[in-house]
Amino acid sequence: MASTLTRRIREAQAAGRKALIPYLPAGFPGLDEFWDAVAELDGAGADIIEIGVPFSDPVADGPTVEQAALESLARGVTLKWILEGLATRAGRLRAGIVLMGYLNPFLQYGMEAFARDAARAGVHGVIIPDLPHEEAADIRATLAASGLDLIPLVGLNTSPARLALYAKDATGFAYFVSVLGVTGERATLPQAVGARLAEAKRTFRVPLALGFGLKTPDQLAALGEGPDAVVFGSALITHLRAGGAPARFLEAWR
Amino acid sequence: MRKGYFGDFGGQFVPELLMPPLKELDDAYRTIARSRPFLTEFGQILAEYVGRSTPLYRCPNLSAELGFNLYLKREDLAHTGAHKINNTIGQALLTRHMGKSVLLAETGAGQHGVASATAAAMLGLSCIVYMGATDVVRQAHNVQRMRLLGAEVRPVESGTKTLKDAINAALRHWIAGQADTHYCIGSVVGPAPFPELVRDFQSVIGHECRQQCVERFGALPDLVVACVGGGSNAMGIFHPFVEDREVRLVGVEAAGTGQPGCHHSASVTQGTPGVLHGTRTRLLQTADGQILPSHSVAPGLDYPGVGPEHAWLDASGRAEYVTVNDAQALAAFQALCRKEGIIPALESAHALAYVLEHRQAIEPGSNVVVNLSGRGDKDLGIVAEVLGV
Repeated sequence: MASTLTRRIREAQAAGRKALIPYLPAGFPGLDEFWDAVAELDGAGADIIEIGVPFSDPVADGPTVEQAALESLARGVTLKWILEGLATRAGRLRAGIVLMGYLNPFLQYGMEAFARDAARAGVHGVIIPDLPHEEAADIRATLAASGLDLIPLVGLNTSPARLALYAKDATGFAYFVSVLGVTGERATLPQAVGARLAEAKRTFRVPLALGFGLKTPDQLAALGEGPDAVVFGSALITHLRAGGAPARFLEAWR
Repeated sequence: MRKGYFGDFGGQFVPELLMPPLKELDDAYRTIARSRPFLTEFGQILAEYVGRSTPLYRCPNLSAELGFNLYLKREDLAHTGAHKINNTIGQALLTRHMGKSVLLAETGAGQHGVASATAAAMLGLSCIVYMGATDVVRQAHNVQRMRLLGAEVRPVESGTKTLKDAINAALRHWIAGQADTHYCIGSVVGPAPFPELVRDFQSVIGHECRQQCVERFGALPDLVVACVGGGSNAMGIFHPFVEDREVRLVGVEAAGTGQPGCHHSASVTQGTPGVLHGTRTRLLQTADGQILPSHSVAPGLDYPGVGPEHAWLDASGRAEYVTVNDAQALAAFQALCRKEGIIPALESAHALAYVLEHRQAIEPGSNVVVNLSGRGDKDLGIVAEVLGV
């Protein structure tokens, strides 16, 4: 059976559009407001919602996401809080649910306990930015045993040989990092993205999402056929901080 | 053992975007850094510029008082006043051999930043140093030294604004700057191959020490003691003795004030296994896996993790890890000043303090080596504040 995450993206494509994947740090902009925003994004047509698990030392993130994560930690957000919140909403969200977080909080929760509790809470997949292919095998197997996808991240400097390594094991979807850098809005994407993205799309059987640095839909125009899905994090955080409504943000990308 | 691992510890827990530069570094480490021309050039710079070998000095007054022979491996006499320079010269040289032009570093107290700026100036590289904004204020002197040496110091305003955040910032910079930039990490921490690479460059301390012991007293030492923050000076002196099972190795961590519940830096003795800065090691963390702030009166020990090889030497029982608190370190600091005329770094004073505190348990007549990893001039502000001198 195809993964829920793959299915959500293919459904969006069948409807003639790119799948939309908003990223929201758990507990942002506030504990209750976060769950309201998740429900609103779900209702407004998000195909997959990526929930950020806060970590004190997020090395792949720029200042916007890091600041939001540190605020969430100060509010007491934990992986347990996220899973309990999701469990009470299990079955009520249409969007696929992905948790994105650094390895250590998952490790301390216990990988097997996490996989079991996450599956029960309606989580479909996990993105762990500090888990490259070399370190991933055991964790991928543990997650898979509970039906969870481990979403790989690849980028502009990932060689064809390494793309193939990731492609061999990928389930759900793969994540293409659009910049050689950290998360955060950029006005333009690097020139090389179009060609490298096309190469990655040929390598992976699963759909490919583009993220890091996305700010406006016109950035995609230069990419030709482009990705199957788009992820936006920092731009959404900035929008919410300015008092914008979650659904309004998605409209621009529909 | 799995490549890049020390038992269960080590590894490469970094974003995929950092795997290509780590692979490039790993190749350079296994080929260039072990080649005869490289080692010859490295050795020559260490001799002529750094001032190696550093003396193994027998403390006459403390030895008489203690009833055993107390030797100091005098890394405080190396250029820039600490062992840090051994690593930065090695990595800067490797940077040049890899055809890169920028030496990127993080620093806590500023010693590694100064040593990086020094090596970069000498080898014609440009140098960028990330430093927590809190540390920039606390260690203004070292910021001035780095700037004099031509480095660009970038204050880090995120997180706790200290060393761990400076490492985060350096890793982020390296992702974007990997084409022309080498990240010169300051200790035996971080993703593979850094823990091995830094250990190898620092092992000059232990190799010299081993030979000096044989020359001085015709035997290996009974006990080797070094302070452990990230743990580079300790790995440097321990490594050449690891196979000599009769040599006791003791790593001394900082217990902070020693009060229950205080912040400290004792990640081997009081931490738990986890992943930070690309490596699986012992960490100071909450039950939820968030990294805790660390503290020590010695700024260079103030890190919530430790090199993975130390976590392994602890797990395998080959080395012992103990703690010394701020007050004990300050007492040892004063003892060395007054009795031997040597002002040690507060970090190194932790290692000495272990010996002074455990003098009763040390066999009379035995030979004890303390790695005096740095000089204390940098700590005068802290000492003046705490001791009121």
